[in-house]
Amino acid sequence: MFDVVAFIPRAVMQGIPLMLGCTGETLTEKSGNLNLGTAGVMYVGGICGVIGAFLYENGAGASKMNGFLAIAIPLVCCLLGSLLMGLLYCFLTVSLRANQNVTGLALTTFGVGFGNFFGGSLIKLTGSEVASLALSSTSNYYRASLPFASDLGWFGKIFLSYGFLAYLAVVIALVSSYFLKRTRTGLQLRAVGENPATADAAGINVNRYKYRATCIGSMVAGLGGLYYVMDYANGVWSNDAFGDRGWLAIALVIFTIWRPNVGVLASILFGGLYILYLFIPSSNFAIKELYKMLPYVVTIIVLVLTSMKKKRENQPPASLGLAYFREER
Amino acid sequence: MDNRIPAVKMRNITKRFGSVVANDKCWLDVYRGEILALLGENGSGKTTLMNMLSGIYFPDEGTIAIDGKEVVIASPKDAFDLGIGMIHQHYKLVDVFTAAENIVLGLPGKLDMRTASAKIREICGKYGFEVDPDMKIYDMSVSQKQTVEIVKVLYRGADILILDEPTAVLTPQETDRLFAVLRNMRDDGKAIVIITHKMHEVEDLSDRVAVLRKGQFTGDMLTKNTNAQEMTNMMVGRPVALNINRTEPEDPKPRIQVRDLTVRDMEGTLKLDHVSFTACSGEILGIAGISGCGQKELLEAIAGLQPVETGDISYVESDGSEESLIGKDPLDIKKMGVALSFVPEDRLGMGLVGSMDLGDNVMLRSYSEGNSVFTDRKKSYKVARGIVEYFDVVTPSVETPVRRLSGGNVQKVLVGREIVNAPKVLLTAYATRGLDINSSYQIYETISEQKRKGVAVIYVGEDLDVLVELCDRILVLCGGRVSGVVDGRKTNKREIGAMMTRLGGEGRG
Repeated sequence: MFDVVAFIPRAVMQGIPLMLGCTGETLTEKSGNLNLGTAGVMYVGGICGVIGAFLYENGAGASKMNGFLAIAIPLVCCLLGSLLMGLLYCFLTVSLRANQNVTGLALTTFGVGFGNFFGGSLIKLTGSEVASLALSSTSNYYRASLPFASDLGWFGKIFLSYGFLAYLAVVIALVSSYFLKRTRTGLQLRAVGENPATADAAGINVNRYKYRATCIGSMVAGLGGLYYVMDYANGVWSNDAFGDRGWLAIALVIFTIWRPNVGVLASILFGGLYILYLFIPSSNFAIKELYKMLPYVVTIIVLVLTSMKKKRENQPPASLGLAYFREER
Repeated sequence: MDNRIPAVKMRNITKRFGSVVANDKCWLDVYRGEILALLGENGSGKTTLMNMLSGIYFPDEGTIAIDGKEVVIASPKDAFDLGIGMIHQHYKLVDVFTAAENIVLGLPGKLDMRTASAKIREICGKYGFEVDPDMKIYDMSVSQKQTVEIVKVLYRGADILILDEPTAVLTPQETDRLFAVLRNMRDDGKAIVIITHKMHEVEDLSDRVAVLRKGQFTGDMLTKNTNAQEMTNMMVGRPVALNINRTEPEDPKPRIQVRDLTVRDMEGTLKLDHVSFTACSGEILGIAGISGCGQKELLEAIAGLQPVETGDISYVESDGSEESLIGKDPLDIKKMGVALSFVPEDRLGMGLVGSMDLGDNVMLRSYSEGNSVFTDRKKSYKVARGIVEYFDVVTPSVETPVRRLSGGNVQKVLVGREIVNAPKVLLTAYATRGLDINSSYQIYETISEQKRKGVAVIYVGEDLDVLVELCDRILVLCGGRVSGVVDGRKTNKREIGAMMTRLGGEGRG
């Protein structure tokens, strides 16, 4: 009745963009920057990758494409695009000390609009009948899995059937976790997010940490957008298809209580909850809509549980959302 | 005055915050093997001057020389490299980190907690501290946090230490321990600067004093050649009377009657255990006790802010009729004339709104007066100007946000606002915490004046010397129970101290 072997790979593929978004946002929030623009950053990351892939596919021709360049060009475009978004956010909130919530929401609106504008333009350029743009050759490179994966039955399907970005996402999450917990730079980054005045008095350059964490976090989140288009959606860009995954990633940050290693499993769980309705044998649309609520309901439950336990380590970084100015008194 | 090279030599230091001049051509010399007490009224620029030495602020003008060499201190890191370490009044610690993590924060190199812990233990052994490197900061008491701060600067190899009001939140025993450590460090050849308002600490601990007034250096001298009166006069710039005018209570009548009061805090810990007492009009009832022994809960229960488990609190009219305050709205209690001027450890946490200006903060008490839907701002600004004038609050204007004022000035605004409303009962806690000596005496005088007007004053204090001089009767709390009530004129500091630690004082255990 319930096909686990089919369900898990779908859940994982659904979960990877969330995992990247969640890791990126966690790194950002650990510096005290609440970047609500993550949804926009992921959008920009996606469309920049699409633009890079489009230019290369059309420039080189589908038959003469070089595998390395086909992956590297969209990847670099995506990283650059999301880096610029991170820089913009930092410039506004760290250098100019603008309100973080307002800036983040503005960036989300901007990022979605940016993606839709260029997405729409590219679709116009191709003169396509349908409202989408297919980059299947590039996508094939992104989706390439190990050649022997399909020979290994259910094991291969569940663990080895994904493109390289999926594994990269897991590695980034685990490395981030180690970085935050065990390294000196990680300790100092956490100090900046908890108590910037203390970090400053200890000789840590607060603004530099905020900039770096937010920009790197944005690039990681941007990869989530790239993965979504190139791998999950088979290289098909259509406007607004990315949906509310950016917000889900932010919810996931709270769900994982700011721990990227927890995020690996949690994002797959969220991915599973997100598509669970497809696997529920019911034709009742109302009930399916209720299933779509599950990730958010779970987040609320986790919020309630963590606030009830009052464990200090499980609280958000203490100065999250606050601008820091040394001579403020 | 002698030929030694000062460890720190600050010359013509000027620092402005907008239109406020915090330091104006300030001088300061600090020598090794010496404890320097830096004195000055609230807002005289002591902390600002020290912040420039530790790299938090950057001076607009002037030069700093360390061991005779001119230096530029542009960031806290520069200060560390020069061996300068500052222990701030508000501790700079990350709550969710362990002591060791806080101590190594900001240092270069690989993160190796084991070596760090070993080095911390070594420092602790050398000077006689007690710190558990693996304890989280949020589990620590105030004095433990302070110890972590001191170990933090020593770990960095600091040999010029600055302590900003280190004893403001310590118990007398903890203060003694701190002073012993500081003397150890002085004998070790370190230069130590301590900012404090408590004159007996200055006389007890320091070798030399330097005085600032309104951002300017007014002089320094050896501690043994001066006395509290002279130092205070230098700080204020004119002779000041350092005595409290305690009159006999006039026609005292019961005003607040507390019977068998039992209170538990949010976690269910017993804070007050069957407390009974009477506060009379025209009298100051002092409340003594080690901090956290239920003083806060007692005042809050009277003001209607704290749920009461059992017992009764009633307000007694002059004609003898009683009205219970239990279950009453704090607003109604306030209207009956019970004013709470509670000064918590965090001055802006309760009572004042940091980002609002003086006038609006005064209006927090009176916004509901009058029949118009609009608020009467003019009146509250007038009241605010009155407070500024009466207490000499250092502020550019009454339109300045309260958080821009220095701590002591914030406190003056808070106390002033409560007194302005002509209460029948005045509750104050730690009203002079962090205040300089001159402002403190102004506050004592204001409180005594309220008493002469027939107000029943309940005064929670931590300075036993003051309690004995100011109060008519003193109620001593010990672990949430009444240890005894003594006559302020017949008791002494030692008797109260003994009652604070043991129910009923010596002998009766």
